[in-house]
Parts: sequence; C-alpha cells; structure tokens
Amino acid sequence: MIGMDEKLSFFKNGVRLDGRQPDELRPIKIEVGVLERADGSCYMEMGDNKVIAAVYGPREVHPRHLQEATRAIVRYRYNMASFSVEERKRPGPDRRSNEVSKVSKEALEPVILTSYFPKSVVDIFVEVLQADAGTRTVGINAASVALADAGIPMKCLISSCAAGKVDGEVVLDPMKFEDNFGEADVPIAMTPNGDITLLQMDGRLTTEEFRKALEMAKTGCEQIYEIQRKALVDRYSHMEDSESCDEAVAEGEI
Amino acid sequence: MDRMERKVVVPGDLLSDDPKNAGEGTYVKDGKVSSLLYGMASSYKDKVRVIPLAGKYVPSPGDTVIGTVQDIIFSNWIVNINSPYDGLLHISELPRKIEMNEMSKYLRIGSSVMIRVKDVDSTMKVELTINDRRLGTLTRGRVAEISPTRVPRLIGKGGSMINMLKKELNCNIFVGQNGRIWVDGNDDDMDLALKTILIIEKEAHTTGLTDRILEFLRAEKEARS
Repeated sequence: MIGMDEKLSFFKNGVRLDGRQPDELRPIKIEVGVLERADGSCYMEMGDNKVIAAVYGPREVHPRHLQEATRAIVRYRYNMASFSVEERKRPGPDRRSNEVSKVSKEALEPVILTSYFPKSVVDIFVEVLQADAGTRTVGINAASVALADAGIPMKCLISSCAAGKVDGEVVLDPMKFEDNFGEADVPIAMTPNGDITLLQMDGRLTTEEFRKALEMAKTGCEQIYEIQRKALVDRYSHMEDSESCDEAVAEGEI
Repeated sequence: MDRMERKVVVPGDLLSDDPKNAGEGTYVKDGKVSSLLYGMASSYKDKVRVIPLAGKYVPSPGDTVIGTVQDIIFSNWIVNINSPYDGLLHISELPRKIEMNEMSKYLRIGSSVMIRVKDVDSTMKVELTINDRRLGTLTRGRVAEISPTRVPRLIGKGGSMINMLKKELNCNIFVGQNGRIWVDGNDDDMDLALKTILIIEKEAHTTGLTDRILEFLRAEKEARS
C-alpha cells in the first residue's frame, strides 16, 4: 500500500473510479487484418490497453532442432514496448515477459490443430503498445483473433479476462489503479464452452471470493467472445446469403 | 438437411447436429459438427463445408503447381512451392536421363517450373515430378502470386472465370494450386492480366464477379484502342 493517511477508496457512490459497475468490462475495440506482411493480425483495445498481435505460419521451423515430426510447434512472444508504461520499460525480454509468453502460449495451444501441419511452426507475436493492467488477457484475445485471421485450423476461439479484488469486493477486469493497489488479480482464459486454458492468481482470496472471481471472469470471457466473433464476422458479412453467387466449386479442371 | 445459406463462420461455430454432414473444414465432437476455420460455410450436396478466407498451401498428390528452384543437393532439386514444405524433384523424374553433374544445366537455381506433386508422405516430404508433356521450365511470361485460398475463385465454376480471362486477354494463363499464376502473352495483355488477377483476389468473395470482370476488361480494352 502507498503511504497515504486517508484510506484508498476504489468506489465512489457505488461505482468504480472509472465509472464502471463491479461486474462491467472496459470498452473493447477490435480490428482484424491490420498488418499487410503478417499472415494474420489483430489490433485490440481494452480500456487503455493497446495491443497488436501478428501471426505467421504455419512455416518452416528455424532453428531446425525445435521442429517436431508429428505436429506444428507454437511460439508466442509477448513484448512490452518501452513506452507502454509510465516509467520507461527496459526493452527486451525479461523474467515477467517470459512467463507471460509461456502461459499465453499454453492458453492457445490446446485449441490449435497442430497435427495438421507436422514439422512446422506457428509464430505469434504480441506487442503491447500501451499497458493498463490485464495486458496478458488482451494479448491472448488479440492473438486468438489473429490466429483465426491467418486461417489456422482451431477448435474454437479463446477469450480471456481477469477479475480482481479491491476494497474487499470482487470486481471484473481491474484497471491499472485497481490492479496496483488492489488485493488480488485472477486472469483466466477459456473456450466458449467453458473449458479453462489459463488460470493464474496473485494476492489473497478466500475460497468463496475465488469462486466468485472465477464466475465473474467467466462471464467476462463470454462477453469478450461475442465481440471477437463479431469483429471477425463483420469483416466479411457483406458477402453472406447471396443467391446469385457464383462462388467456385473447386473441382474445375484447369 | 435444409439448404444452408452461405455464412461467415469462426472456429468453433456449430454447423450441424448430424455428424454425417461433416465436410471439409469441420470437425465432429460429441455428435456435433463445428467449424475448424474462419471462412464461409455452405452446404454442398449433403455436406456442410467451410472454405477458408486465408491460409497456406498444403501440397497434396496430383496438384499442379508453380515452383522456384532453391537449391541443388545430391540428385535432387529443392523447389519452393509457396508452402511451409519444400518440394523435392529427383533427377529420375526428368523426361530424359541426365548426369548428376549437369543438373544445373537443365534447372538452375532460380528457375521457375510448372510441376506436379507426385507424393506427400506423413512427414510432409513432398516428391515432385516434371515427367509430363504439359510440365516443364517456364522460359517466357510472368508469374504472379495470390492467396491459395483464392485459386478456386480465379478458376471459377467449371473454369468459367479462367476461360473468360484467357479469351478476353489473348493470354495463355496457368493457375497453380499453390496460388502462383503463370501468364504469357504480349506485354500490354500481360499487364492487364496481372491487374485483373489482383482484382479478382481482392474481390474474390463478392457476387457476380465474373460479369463485373468481363465489363472491366472490355472497358480497359476500349480505353487502350
């Protein structure tokens, strides 16, 4: 806690400092296919978080010894720009970003059909342009959309969000202030049918509070899923339902 | 099953409750058919299938593709076929017998070749062949590249699009399954052909495209003469 005489308050007239209800997400904006060079890409904003995700592949594995004979490997690089936080962040990988990369990779890998592309690699790059708590969850959301955009076969999309505890109350999607001075943070990632692929917690929660936080985060993920899905569908929805469409049937002899 | 309209789907979207309907780009779990890809779902005969909007070319036997020779090792040429997997063309697959030390006389590094996928094994070793009258080195014309997922559109139903292009453009056009396209004709026609191909790629999923392209070509030719 910081050295202030008066007690920190996270609520004003029953709403949070940024005007949200305890179970309300921050506003989300998703743009698909923002990078020309990448096979798939996604730009995502969640409150003041700004993240860009790029997917390359499946492509040949370099260095060769990482290659696996029966499946594609997945590599995930989470990186924060030096200007993404208030105090300049020393560029390059560090203990924290290595951890985030590892857990994010493991959050996405279960839904990717790696067996379709033996001996290849799917590279995911997530760059955090501006951070405001919950960047790993935003990174996973953006990466999942970028994977779909790259045409990589997946069982489903992954949605991710966090729940926290401030002033003894469980809240959804904590922003920076709540994360820094709050009592707990529980980021999760899950599939639309509720299978959890990422679950972390720091701080302290009672069993009861943890259950509540998990339920709240799950509801948040469901809302995010709808936004992700809409972003992808809207990009091509103008081509739906066309009776006169002459979409080719691939069987044609050249 | 009811006729399903074309619809944009994302991975995991439920397509059907009957596993018998599972087609390309779908998977079955707990008796339900869901989409594997981000693409357009449509029903074809009694199957639901999903055509991807993006993706890499995965070689399969019998495909005719356009490749670039990357390297020569032992008695094989290594050919880039615009895919995560390189192709191998063995010296014995040539129409005539040549010596190992004169391999680079026939196909140099950098040569473009029209080539067929002979076999792909489970480790994704891709064997190529060039032993066919219609295959061989490309010595003239130009090669363009589009997304492999747009190849069916460029060909069109029963070849409608590609035949129209060939006729209108006075060009010889060959579309490789890997998204590389070879165009041969006079310079002006080739310029227009490449331009048109890029338009088709960009507007691949819009309706009435063949007719619009035809109009576009006629207008362009009018402007030229």
